[in-house]
Amino acid sequence: MTATSEELKKDEAASVEAVSSQTEEGSGAGDDKPARPEASKRYKLSELTPFSDIISEISGETINNCYQCKKCSNGCPITYAMDIQPHQVIKMIQLGMEKEVLTSKTIWLCAACETCGTRCPNEIKLADMMDALRQRAEKSGYSVGSKRASVFHRAFLSSVEKYGRVYELGMMREFTLKAGGVIGKVFDGTLIKDAKLGLTMKKKGKLPLTADKIKGTGEVKEIFKNSQKKG
Amino acid sequence: MKVSYYPGCSLHGTGLEYGESTEAVCRTLGAELVEVDDWNCCGASSAHSANKKLAVSLAARNLILAKKSGLKDMVVPCSACFQRTKVAQYELKEHPEMFPEVRYDGGVNVKDLLSFINEDVGIESIKGKIKKKLTGLKAVCYYGCLTMRHPSVTEAKEYENPKGMDMLLSELGADVIPWSYKTDCCGGSLVLTNTEIVLDLTEKLFDKALEVGAECLVTVCPLCQGNLDQRQSDVSSRSGRNYDLPVFYFTELMGLAMGEKDVEKWLNRHFIDPVKLLRSKRLI
Ligand code: SF4
Ligand code: SF4
Repeated sequence: MTATSEELKKDEAASVEAVSSQTEEGSGAGDDKPARPEASKRYKLSELTPFSDIISEISGETINNCYQCKKCSNGCPITYAMDIQPHQVIKMIQLGMEKEVLTSKTIWLCAACETCGTRCPNEIKLADMMDALRQRAEKSGYSVGSKRASVFHRAFLSSVEKYGRVYELGMMREFTLKAGGVIGKVFDGTLIKDAKLGLTMKKKGKLPLTADKIKGTGEVKEIFKNSQKKG
Repeated sequence: MKVSYYPGCSLHGTGLEYGESTEAVCRTLGAELVEVDDWNCCGASSAHSANKKLAVSLAARNLILAKKSGLKDMVVPCSACFQRTKVAQYELKEHPEMFPEVRYDGGVNVKDLLSFINEDVGIESIKGKIKKKLTGLKAVCYYGCLTMRHPSVTEAKEYENPKGMDMLLSELGADVIPWSYKTDCCGGSLVLTNTEIVLDLTEKLFDKALEVGAECLVTVCPLCQGNLDQRQSDVSSRSGRNYDLPVFYFTELMGLAMGEKDVEKWLNRHFIDPVKLLRSKRLI
């Protein structure tokens, strides 16, 4: 059915209203400068870079090559727990749905098993794409979809930065404290379970009590510092 | 034969018996492992999650140290360390402009332990060292993700259906059963952050192993072994099914067949007791 002339008129009126209110905003009452929208403020060049280009650049993968065959999602072992499936993530990046993608659980649930990328007919390594999305999510003030994962990675890396190797006991302590939910873990019994697991490991000689510190910690610190620079 | 050896953090911690058994069998086979001096953590899944440059540079420092030793090959038993090191080599070759601070110009040949043992040490020299065939031990070989994928990086040829471990264990006399889950993910990188997912994935692997009649799983990776062994009792209590499936490192079974004296010490570090099964087969 086509729109009636009345409906069309209504639409027209609405759009005229929108334009005039915009002009008012730009001019300001009593201002004698010509009314002009602040172009530089509204259309920053960086904001015009499509989301897919940004993710392609960080990941080194050509996001726009995807033609939605779904092979990635069909082989992914974690789809049952994801809120957006891998092939949907890539389509949404193409469509510029930045916020939806960056706040999804999926990017934090991906186990980086690379089954998807291995089977993709367009050779897109989706695990690298997921890395790029996690990095972007942390940088862009969006609340991070899975705090636990990002806290874990930080605890792990701070151990590497300090000692040059992972000091598992220290890393787990930092992770447990910072991941939050310690009280919840006391009540649902997981804290005791974790502690028991740790104790058995210690008994079996698998959890050294002191950190294994390397001589070249200075070099490792340098690597951490350089990694913050643009390459 | 002399090669560089990168044990990685796991083989000094949760995967201690993998390191011990690796060193023992290599010694017996006449392969001298020279530990990379002052090696650092490869950054594992955390570094590449956070920052590609960090991940590549951390692994590159180890390559530079290995090169200094003058040895051509570097053997890496841990699948995660192996993959991270291969990724670093790949990135440095494909996109050198992204890593201006990294001073590595190639020259180290990185090998996973299984390929090293199969291809460089060779099945013939292993055959000569076998003292006890693993007769009657029904096993499935579990390769996991990271020595296989992504094949453009790992250079794995049979990445959907690898056979290297199947062949090796068959030579040792084990009853190796084919199955379709050799390279399905066990969720290793999610073990501390999303434990429930790990229990789901490992439960499926246990079910599929039992379905084909296996009595144990054999791995090449300390993350897989840790996941399948240490979390198995949680899977059992969650599902109400008592799995009781020992999870071996392939080097432990090599050690058993080759009559290494410390086998029981390694096996006592497991959470699911493998000794009971081996006794029932009169292998211990
Ligand atoms: S397998 Fe590749 S081409 Fe197919 S949907 Fe996934 S990303 Fe797109
Ligand atoms: S790498 Fe991530 S998205 Fe791809 S198959 Fe594995 S878990 Fe799924």
